[in-house]
Amino acid sequence: MRQKLVRVLGGVAALALAVGGAAACKSDSGSEASGDACGFKIVFFGALTGSDAALGINENNGVKLALDKYNKENKDCEVTLLPLDSQGSPDQAPQLAQQAIDDEKVLGVVGPAFSGESEAANPLFSEAGLVHITASATRPSLSEQGWKTFFRSVGNDNAQGPAAAKYIKDELKADKVFVIDDQSAYGAGLADEVKKALGSAVIGTDKVQGGGKQTEFSGTVTKVKSSGATAVFFGGYYTEGGLIRKALTNAGVKATLIGADGMKDPAFIDGASDAAAEGTIFTCPCLPPAEVKGTFAADYKAMYGTDPGTYSDNAYDAANILLAGIKAGKNTRADMLAFVKGYTGEGVVGSYKFTDKGELDPSAVQIWAYKVEKGQIVPVKRVPLA
Amino acid sequence: MNVDGLISNFGELTTTGLTVGAIYALVALGYTLVYGVLRLINFAHSEVFITGAYAALFTWAAFGLTGNSRVSGVGSIVFYLLVAMLVAALASATVATVIERVAYRPLRKRNAPPLAFLITAIGASIVISEAFGVYTRRLSRGAPAVVPSEPLFRIGNVGISWVELLIVGSALVMMVGLDQFINRSRVGRGIRAVSQDPNTAALMGVNKDRIIMMVFIAGGLMAGVAGVLYNVRIGALAYSVGFLLGLKAFTAAVLGGIGNLRGALLGGLLLGLTENYASGLFGAQWKDLTAFVVLVVLLMFRPTGLLGESLGRARA
Amino acid sequence: MTTVLEKVRAGREAAGERWRGAPRWVRWVLLAAVIAFFYALPNKEFYQWLGPIPTTGSNFGQVLFMMSIYVLLAVGLNIVVGFAGLLDLGYFGFFAVGAYTVAVLTSPSSDLKTVWPWLTVLPIGVALALVSGVLLGLPTLRLRGDYLAIVTLGFAEMIRLTATSAGFLRGQRGFNQIPHPPGEHADGTPIFGVLDARPYYWLVLTLIILVVLGVRNLTRSRVGRAWISIREDEDAAQLMGVPTFKFKLWAFASGAAIGGLAGVLFAGKQNFVNNQSFELLNSIIILAAVILGGSGNILGAIVGGGLAYYLIERFRGVELFGIELYEYRFMFFGLCLIVMMIYRPQGLIANRRRAAEFKDRRKEVIVGG
Repeated sequence: MRQKLVRVLGGVAALALAVGGAAACKSDSGSEASGDACGFKIVFFGALTGSDAALGINENNGVKLALDKYNKENKDCEVTLLPLDSQGSPDQAPQLAQQAIDDEKVLGVVGPAFSGESEAANPLFSEAGLVHITASATRPSLSEQGWKTFFRSVGNDNAQGPAAAKYIKDELKADKVFVIDDQSAYGAGLADEVKKALGSAVIGTDKVQGGGKQTEFSGTVTKVKSSGATAVFFGGYYTEGGLIRKALTNAGVKATLIGADGMKDPAFIDGASDAAAEGTIFTCPCLPPAEVKGTFAADYKAMYGTDPGTYSDNAYDAANILLAGIKAGKNTRADMLAFVKGYTGEGVVGSYKFTDKGELDPSAVQIWAYKVEKGQIVPVKRVPLA
Repeated sequence: MNVDGLISNFGELTTTGLTVGAIYALVALGYTLVYGVLRLINFAHSEVFITGAYAALFTWAAFGLTGNSRVSGVGSIVFYLLVAMLVAALASATVATVIERVAYRPLRKRNAPPLAFLITAIGASIVISEAFGVYTRRLSRGAPAVVPSEPLFRIGNVGISWVELLIVGSALVMMVGLDQFINRSRVGRGIRAVSQDPNTAALMGVNKDRIIMMVFIAGGLMAGVAGVLYNVRIGALAYSVGFLLGLKAFTAAVLGGIGNLRGALLGGLLLGLTENYASGLFGAQWKDLTAFVVLVVLLMFRPTGLLGESLGRARA
Repeated sequence: MTTVLEKVRAGREAAGERWRGAPRWVRWVLLAAVIAFFYALPNKEFYQWLGPIPTTGSNFGQVLFMMSIYVLLAVGLNIVVGFAGLLDLGYFGFFAVGAYTVAVLTSPSSDLKTVWPWLTVLPIGVALALVSGVLLGLPTLRLRGDYLAIVTLGFAEMIRLTATSAGFLRGQRGFNQIPHPPGEHADGTPIFGVLDARPYYWLVLTLIILVVLGVRNLTRSRVGRAWISIREDEDAAQLMGVPTFKFKLWAFASGAAIGGLAGVLFAGKQNFVNNQSFELLNSIIILAAVILGGSGNILGAIVGGGLAYYLIERFRGVELFGIELYEYRFMFFGLCLIVMMIYRPQGLIANRRRAAEFKDRRKEVIVGG
């Protein structure tokens, strides 16, 4: 009886594989048919599954919304979205980048969403001359590597780190700050910037494992507690951030936790619980929904039933820059690249103009501080850049 | 190196280390029991633990408790804890039994080599943790604050809370209970007999399959309780945490002497302490590395662990 | 259902017999055809006619490269697990040693600032992996099988954690601008460029053929016989005068060297190396690949290694009833492992001697079982 059951299971598995193959055949043939000057595609490149997926989904939704709008106005020449799920892993990045490059209808990429995968994918894009605008990979050195096709529609960590430090110094008036990072490219880089800007106010540091690998933070909590810090900066993502906040609160540490854009996500509050998360500060080069121009927030809510997440608006703007290029008849990748390079215009977040290295023009970078209040992330104020 | 930090935080590192160690110890029991009887590393035991932890979360959710809830009042605290422990222990024991039936027993019937067992165990472990991963969309979930975490009393500058007392206390109670069960009861005698010499035990009329099933159930019960305690301590759960915790629990089992129940307790507590002291001394990022270094060094110099391997006592 | 299974089994055995019975030239022609097929495979002109075989969600040429890396790893691990019977759960650690050696010595972002060419570092990477194999093997190979498994698992975790936390290995920030293998086309463009994965695939494929030839000769020599005797019964082998420890160390070290080679090749293609490439799951996938393919059989290891990566990647972009199958790839992989171990523990392409052992074991009387 039992053996039969297992055999049936095996049969089902084999069948599933066969059907999977058949389904794949179908999707193969579908991609071939397309006209000449139409049928272009825009790629979103980032994590859509896996533990870092929240950010990728936010951005992908923003891109989807932009395409939706565009296609409504241009019914005769629609642009399709090709999402490539990298899971944030640099390992898988080259094969996905190449997939985008080999598809001749792809004119531009929004992403890669994370700094690590950017390092592995961007050389391929640069070689192929396929323009890519990232809405969230904020590692400063990305623009220093001579990639011809790299553009960033947000401020990098060099702007964000000092802004966070400034907020800690000027607004929280904290003179005892404990700095933790998750050893990720993003988190460690940011923490270094904050340490540099805070100087002697940093009374202790510690490092944890990121990527969902660590859940037990008692060693770190003990250090924070005995240091008597009044503010704790965490460079890292919401998963660990939430757990650290919870562990700190449970241990009776009242110090304010400050994080950056990687932590600014409702999932942080879910992890920490409303009570523990209360008062947590985030700095982010992203605008509060109320500041975002036009009907973006309302449209987003109508389409997905939730408020726009972190970087949804930046990704939306990045997609719109590419769409403006298509609209202007830039039908080759070279034309598109030149178009983005020379682009100046207004998006929902602010005005866009890129430096020759592909960075957002410094005058357009805005950093905002947010705060957790009663289980909601609410904007506090714009942090002036030093 | 931060010796001052270690000294000034010694008390606190000790209490938190013991708390984490107690959870390791409970999970380690499952490894030790199965290894003692079957000479098999039950790689899927970490997922038995995860099942219990999720079962507890779902139970609390069924009572309307979310990550934001706080439970107050002695009566309701005890009630929620007991219900969760019961459900979690049952769920874990069920999953352990299913793993035994589906993944191990068919192999045993064919007298498959040990490697085959390890591979099916890995397979089962992947299937279960991925199932939870897909179900929870790979997001971590917050656990309600069932037990108050405010300090209850202080020893020197170290606050001791109900959470810590509960975890170390339940681990000790479960451990003593299991020890008595193995050493006193009829089934326990069977377990000891099979672990000493399976074939002779079978010839003497011990139902080997039943004994093996009992071992998996006992390990599952312990892991289920550990799952509840984990939720109480950490306050959040993700599908992927079982792997590392399982690995450390196994380390703890080897540290104390695999196949030895009291060794599992000693190993778990020692590992928890070592890790915590190391994280105080070198920084939290070296914590996990310490656990593995301890394991490798120990196996080189004393492969039978601190207390020796002896579920059946008579085994040399 | 049983009869179908038996028919399949009988058919496979018959095929095996026919292969062994075929004249030498037929075997050579067939082998050459298979090799030619794999050399042709990454060309789009060729693979577009292969129906559902190429991956749809990611570039097939790039996937083939990763498959070839996994095949190389499986061939290396097969020496350790398949021939010498040593359970190594941390094989990916040696892969990491190879890749990091390249990264540290060639990348401009490394603290050493040596920035050597890739080809110079190739032998160093392989040698370091070999040395780390010996260093890990010396203290641990005296341990029993299960303990060895856990120690090797711990070793791989230690490598990963060190890569994450030790400053000079740069953690997740990683090493960028790692140089590629040398060589230029007639027009001056490099053979090993950024965009085209095919040259890398061909390079690895060629190396796989060389490594397989070497391993095959090794296993048919005194060393190979010693390994198999250790796998079958270590005590008996020791009594018969086989220096078991020495040969176990040999197996461990040569396996480690091949793992290191795979790491060096990987780093030479990837531009970028950081700690995210060395997750523990990879070690387990490689081990499972060897067992799935048929441990103790080189062809089995090749098939298993290729298939393991291919199947996982094939699920990408495939939807069934509106569910993205990619999300379920590992679950399916786990199920495969269980089903496989229950029905065909000797692997897809079994070593004949091992298959016979499994048969014998089944017949042994188990008391009370």
